[in-house]
Amino acid sequence: MSNVLQIVWLIPLLPLIGFLINGLGRKYLSKPLISFIGCGVLLASFIISIWVFMQVKGGNTHTAEYFNFISVGKLVIPFAFQIDALSSVFLLIITGVGFLIHVYSTSYMHEESSEHFGRYFSYLNLFIFSMLLLVMGANYLIMFIGWEGVGLCSYLLIGYWFKNNEYNKAANKAFIMNRIGDLGFLIALFWIIAKTSTLNYGDVFSNLRNLNQTDATIITLLLFVGAAGKSAQIPLYTWLPDAMAGPTPVSALIHAATMVTAGVYMIARSNALYSLAPISMNVVAIIGLATAILAATIALKQNDIKKVLAYSTVSQLGYMFLGLGVGAYSFAVFHVMTHAFFKALLFLAAGSVIHVMGGEQDIRKMGGLSKKIKITYITFLIGCIAIAGIPPFSGFFSKDAILLSAYENNKILYGVALLGAALTAFYMFRLLFITFTGQFRGTEEQKYHLHESPAAMTIPLILLAILSIIGGLVGIPDVLMQGGDKLSEFLSPVIPIKTSEVAHSTELSLMALSTVLVIIAIIIAWFRFRKYSYSESKGLGKVFENKWYVDELYKKIIANPLNKLGAFLNSIFERKVVDGLVNGVGKLVNYGSRQLRLMQSGQVGNYVLLMVLSMLLIFVLQFFLRK
Amino acid sequence: MPINYYIFLSLALFCIGIAGVLTRRNAIIIFMCIELMLNAVNLLLVAFSKMHHLKNAAINATAGTDGQLFVFFIMVVAAAEVSVGLAIIVMMYRNIHSVDVNFLNRLKH
Repeated sequence: MSNVLQIVWLIPLLPLIGFLINGLGRKYLSKPLISFIGCGVLLASFIISIWVFMQVKGGNTHTAEYFNFISVGKLVIPFAFQIDALSSVFLLIITGVGFLIHVYSTSYMHEESSEHFGRYFSYLNLFIFSMLLLVMGANYLIMFIGWEGVGLCSYLLIGYWFKNNEYNKAANKAFIMNRIGDLGFLIALFWIIAKTSTLNYGDVFSNLRNLNQTDATIITLLLFVGAAGKSAQIPLYTWLPDAMAGPTPVSALIHAATMVTAGVYMIARSNALYSLAPISMNVVAIIGLATAILAATIALKQNDIKKVLAYSTVSQLGYMFLGLGVGAYSFAVFHVMTHAFFKALLFLAAGSVIHVMGGEQDIRKMGGLSKKIKITYITFLIGCIAIAGIPPFSGFFSKDAILLSAYENNKILYGVALLGAALTAFYMFRLLFITFTGQFRGTEEQKYHLHESPAAMTIPLILLAILSIIGGLVGIPDVLMQGGDKLSEFLSPVIPIKTSEVAHSTELSLMALSTVLVIIAIIIAWFRFRKYSYSESKGLGKVFENKWYVDELYKKIIANPLNKLGAFLNSIFERKVVDGLVNGVGKLVNYGSRQLRLMQSGQVGNYVLLMVLSMLLIFVLQFFLRK
Repeated sequence: MPINYYIFLSLALFCIGIAGVLTRRNAIIIFMCIELMLNAVNLLLVAFSKMHHLKNAAINATAGTDGQLFVFFIMVVAAAEVSVGLAIIVMMYRNIHSVDVNFLNRLKH
């Protein structure tokens, strides 16, 4: 095949086939075969994605139309894929990180029975399929199909252990919260159709003059509601920490590396729209930053290893939205990429810790693991350094680029974001120190079983660790290396390059400032948590530990009134009105027939009288109606 | 004679018949009233038939005869009906020793 762009349809099709085989044959296939199919299809997709990636350099955009998906009147929405720089980057992240996590899962999930093992892998493959659809679609509708598909898979995988009712509730929560966001997305789509009568990216972005300022603002805000649901931003973020009920590789893949970045992808894709609406940009930036800080403060006090990482994910997503909001779309995508590496790494390493601890997730019962599980420890450490943003690890470049853009945009945003960066370093190293240093605080039995995870788990860890170290090198800012920002250059056909107007000396000092702050935060964490013993938190710490009481607040102001309304409607409306209506019809018929029965007297005379009267009536009527 | 007279006479007969059926309770009288109504119709048929014949005899020698034929049919049916009806009345008298139709309300069962 000379032009690989002709076979892009294979990329999503392969995971779909994997899903069908594993899903339908889960009762008949052995576990090694399921693993082989599940990982194999992804590896194939990954290879094609690399090939595709090579082809799209220099603005080579390929649109492949397969059939008309919807054709109503003048509105024609084709089922089409669009492969350009932006989607190819996401293709690489999704299939690459996805493949590593699939491999990891084969070992992490090996205790499941083969039927559930097959179910797990079929869900994962379905997820990858939906995610690929989301990023490959050439119009908003295909994106929406993928968008809903990943939401469904997220639900299925959070509730994977469906015998635990708490997990089912977490799955419901994720699903319902996402629906709220999806409604915004859907309305935005209708609005776009109403204004431009198309959903194709190309046509929408080339017909922007049809949109006035208000339309653009409303559409972008509605799109952002969708993004906030999927990417866990205020006020719809509370589902993501609860989503940790799913298996750890799922958390790594869906709730850290790929699905939750769909919102970022959507906004980056719609950058032309957002550029028309400065108000929406400000909203995105402020909500992103608020989410980043709020989640970071919550992460400071969590004791569940996965919850810390979950809030850290929310916080990092906040940074991405800050980047989007200040117009640094390519840097946000850059952060998506580096975040995918180090957050997947952190989650998988956490999974490895949970695995060796026999299912324990509470970091208060860990400690001193560094000597027992060296590979996990080192990779986790690399992940922490990367997320904290110490040069030259990947997180440094992406986060610094976002911070710099914030600085250009608004000094206050920058200051708060810098504080958030220090918090990030602090809570990540708190987690690291509590988990891996000090004394072991678990049971004797757990101590006896401490041994490094198998190779299928450590090899993905090592690969992701390498990516976390070098992943940032595709986006070195100009001040450090002329022409080093390869990623922005690569994305330039889709996302216009944003030139920085900050003086190089300022830029360098800002970098130094953030690095120094981060190192100070790490040192403080070292002194406080090197020898950790749990103590009840007080004051503000307690607020953080209880997640700012947001869940309670939502329960009070939304869930409880709704429940009350439901109870009211049940007791009043349902019982009185609906039931009354139904019973009333029955009673009316009963009463009416009882009255009518009196006419049937059995007296021949009455019958004849009625007959005659009726005939007269008909004559009279006919006489009057003839005119 | 103009046709109006026949029509009025027949209408009067018919109304008397209806009034009798509605007001009288004796089954025999009701029967007689029914016969009266049937014959009012017969009278009308014959009158119209005659009128029709007078008008169209030049074109069609048999015009209007079908109306008179119809009268015979009605008479035959009426005779059959009377025989059945009288049989019922006899049976009724044998059972309840009365020919008052108000006692007959079994139809509602």
